[in-house]
Amino acid sequence: MVIIDYQAGNLTSVVNSFQALGVEGRVTQDAAAVAAADRVVFPGVGAAGKAMAILRELGLDRALQESFRKGTPILGICLGAQIILEYSEENETPCLGLLPGRTRALPGQPGLKIPHMGWNRVRFLKPHPVFQGLPEDAEYYFVHSYYPEPAEKAMVLGVTEYALPFPSVLGWRSLVATQFHPEKSGRFGLKILENFLAWDGADAE
Amino acid sequence: MLSKRIIPCLDVRDGRTTKGIKFRNNVDVGDPVAMARFYYEAGADELVFYDITASSDRREIMIEVVRRVAAEIFIPFSVGGGIRNLNDMRAVLLAGAEKVSVNTAAIENSQLISEGARAFGRQCIVLGMDVKKVGVSEAIPSGYEMVIHGGRTPTGLDALGWAREGERLGAGEICLNSIDADGTQAGYELALTRMISQAVSIPVIASGGAGAPEHLYAVLTQGRADAALIASMVHYENYTIQEIKQYLQKRGIPVRLAW
Repeated sequence: MVIIDYQAGNLTSVVNSFQALGVEGRVTQDAAAVAAADRVVFPGVGAAGKAMAILRELGLDRALQESFRKGTPILGICLGAQIILEYSEENETPCLGLLPGRTRALPGQPGLKIPHMGWNRVRFLKPHPVFQGLPEDAEYYFVHSYYPEPAEKAMVLGVTEYALPFPSVLGWRSLVATQFHPEKSGRFGLKILENFLAWDGADAE
Repeated sequence: MLSKRIIPCLDVRDGRTTKGIKFRNNVDVGDPVAMARFYYEAGADELVFYDITASSDRREIMIEVVRRVAAEIFIPFSVGGGIRNLNDMRAVLLAGAEKVSVNTAAIENSQLISEGARAFGRQCIVLGMDVKKVGVSEAIPSGYEMVIHGGRTPTGLDALGWAREGERLGAGEICLNSIDADGTQAGYELALTRMISQAVSIPVIASGGAGAPEHLYAVLTQGRADAALIASMVHYENYTIQEIKQYLQKRGIPVRLAW
């Protein structure tokens, strides 16, 4: 399993979480290693524009597209759940396009703090192997100002309420992605990572 | 709905927790890693560590503490105290902290906030504010002044203006500590918290004065805080985090009750 390092935030807690589950992820910037990996974690915190520029420079955009095409299990986290779409409103950036759709800004409202920071629930719309065994009242840790909106409703596995109901968990073929941080979401977050490690990448349907 | 966060705060000196914290549950109360683990399992939403180590050549001890905490708990935590520059920030974040808190150093050099936000992301940078009520004057139009050195040294900086400036420079969150309320266990400074929270669009953590669950209720409603820092009331086992959260939930505050 590889954990992609594209200089978008701190990977320590992602690495630590998998270590707690007994798995030593290989942190890499190497496109060939990503394309060849049997499992890919695509984390990230930061701005879409800079992230995409670095991914392209390192050839990681094509490596991720290749992994997705082959059916490698991929887990996107936070920024990694946004730039898998075709386009992000943040820095008006063309993105990876693994899934059709756009990343949008959370709408500002009087009295509503942006970023959406803290613990919130996810309403799951359908079952998926990576998100099984989680109680309904479980909460997950979010920090973000943008959210992913896939073009196809079928790609949305879960929804969270903040300013509006937004897609917080995506899943399509061998790709799953969470807007929240499973590595910082306590026991239930670790459960998601554990499920991901056991998942063969086959879609739920 | 976003839950209000309940955040225990631990002071650490030379790698040991201070304040003579007493615990019955076989927890080594002097060990910050054991304490972090305890609060993680007890339902803390986040943790704050303040390194009050006096001498800077012992900072490596704190980094080691951060590294060990990060391997044991899987919720966010921030580290403050003695963060002087980007290298200090980097060391703490790479050791596994989610956020780093700057206070005095940001007042002395406000570029530290913007440089930190650029280098590591806004969400990593917490602006720690120690505030004292001084009364309205021309220099301090809000009536609240920024202080440093544990409240002994006034800075001449207006707290409201500084909060807005901190947000503009790129702080992702404010941890607002009332020096007047700190240690009293008589309740948070509600007027101050409300004023600052309404003036900025980033989350505000209220700090100083928590002694009972109703204090948290007041600061999360009237005070408009997004999160509440607690110390003695849980360190001395007057209350558990679960009791506090259940109290808040009964009064209609959204809190995380499954962990």
